[in-house]
Amino acid sequence: METAFILEKLILVVIIFVVTLVIAMYSTLAERKIAGFMQDRYGPDRAGLFGLLQPLCDGGKFFFKEEIIPAGAHKTLFILGPTIAIITACISSAVIPWGQTLTIGDQAIKLQVADVNIGVLYIFGVIALGVYGIMLGGWASNNKFSLMGAIRAASQSISYEIAMGLSLIALLMVTGTLSIGEIVAQQSGFVNWNIWVQPLGFLIFMTCAFAECNRVPFDLPECETELVGGYHTEYSSMKLGLYMFSEYINMFVSSSLMAALYFGGYNFPFMYDLGLSENWITILGVIAFFLKIFGFIFFFMWVRWTLPRFRYDQLMNLGWKMLIPLAIANIVLTGIITIVKDTYF
Amino acid sequence: MTIFYFVAFLSIFFALMTIFTKNPVHSVLYLVITFFTFTVHYILLNAQFLAVVNFIVYMGAIMVLFLFVLMLLNLNKDTEPMKSHLVKFMGVIAGMCLLVTFLGAFRVLETNNEFVQGHADIGLVKNLGKVLFKDFLLPFELSSILLLTAMVGAVLLAKKETRTNQNG
Repeated sequence: METAFILEKLILVVIIFVVTLVIAMYSTLAERKIAGFMQDRYGPDRAGLFGLLQPLCDGGKFFFKEEIIPAGAHKTLFILGPTIAIITACISSAVIPWGQTLTIGDQAIKLQVADVNIGVLYIFGVIALGVYGIMLGGWASNNKFSLMGAIRAASQSISYEIAMGLSLIALLMVTGTLSIGEIVAQQSGFVNWNIWVQPLGFLIFMTCAFAECNRVPFDLPECETELVGGYHTEYSSMKLGLYMFSEYINMFVSSSLMAALYFGGYNFPFMYDLGLSENWITILGVIAFFLKIFGFIFFFMWVRWTLPRFRYDQLMNLGWKMLIPLAIANIVLTGIITIVKDTYF
Repeated sequence: MTIFYFVAFLSIFFALMTIFTKNPVHSVLYLVITFFTFTVHYILLNAQFLAVVNFIVYMGAIMVLFLFVLMLLNLNKDTEPMKSHLVKFMGVIAGMCLLVTFLGAFRVLETNNEFVQGHADIGLVKNLGKVLFKDFLLPFELSSILLLTAMVGAVLLAKKETRTNQNG
């Protein structure tokens, strides 16, 4: 039993890890293809069919580039920076429920690595840790532009974490649990999705997710026009690749988080009315979940090629003077509605 | 128990490293690791909520701000202000006083108390919330008001002086 359990979880972890990396890899291609589509050009189409081998070529190039550690840099922390960035990006997917139970023979496999009862908080902790990668890398480079990028990243992520946490509190008031598995299980069908009860909370959460992932319009830590490159100015070769990669993984994880918390996760409309067997519902659920995730990733890219970058004071104003009061108002509103609903209906 | 001793050893080791390292940024990083070992301690005590809150607040927010300030100041061996021996001496005495206070407090602590032993699951978020909002509601709300007061005070201190002069 014990070995079977460990083996089951191990296989699940490996599958999720590989899927995460592959999705992050092809997000880079998708981003360039979408950019091409929006700017009325082709995008990469030389390597393989439709440019499908482009991510592999990029990866190979990253590996074979010369690795430079600047003379004035702090060597240990310089290496530690991208390491932390990629590790924190990869471990955050552990609590996301990818699907319901899959029954093979008499073995019931739950498609979630760890259903801890503090799942939402765990994700929060890991996100909070992720900023260390950027900060350490930027500081250890011993470059003023990198340091500026690192400081921007730190203050930005701290500011937006507050609004993100507050928007989640309203969601937790509705769901009454911190376990992501349970939150998703509550949203079966279509009408029970949390987006219908928390539209404002979702908007705040999504804005903050953009800021936490350092995506346009909030990509000030890597603002090329002002900072040469940003916190990774001094990085070359695969270390730069790891920073880029962790950004795409973060995008994937936050997309899956948004899909799980607000858009029903693996639930899809009429899932129990089609007369399908348990396993088929699970498989279709996983497919539905990934479709939602891809939708959000597309949205991330769509915004990137549509909106210009914020100015830094605008970013801070938006975070502190707009999103935080809105999130608090959302909490109060949710509380009032909950009480009214409980007493009169 | 073996895990506890190992983690406790790590906590003390990294706490000492925090003090003895010369570079302020290294010092902060060792402190981050020390807080991480505290998180492990909380998990060993089955206090999941406390563990993850410690993780988010101390490691994720407070230490990031520490690092932020240090990076802005860019302290290193050359620019670090020299502390006089008197300050160091006073620091040692204050630290020792704190140690004596802690020792005295822990000596009278009853670890065999029925309440402590009978509630192994009190650290889980559901039980903790019930205890906080039913049995200890007043102290809980009072401490939240204390935090709010500190926050308002900090905002007031950080506010620019010129504007208050113009108005008043």
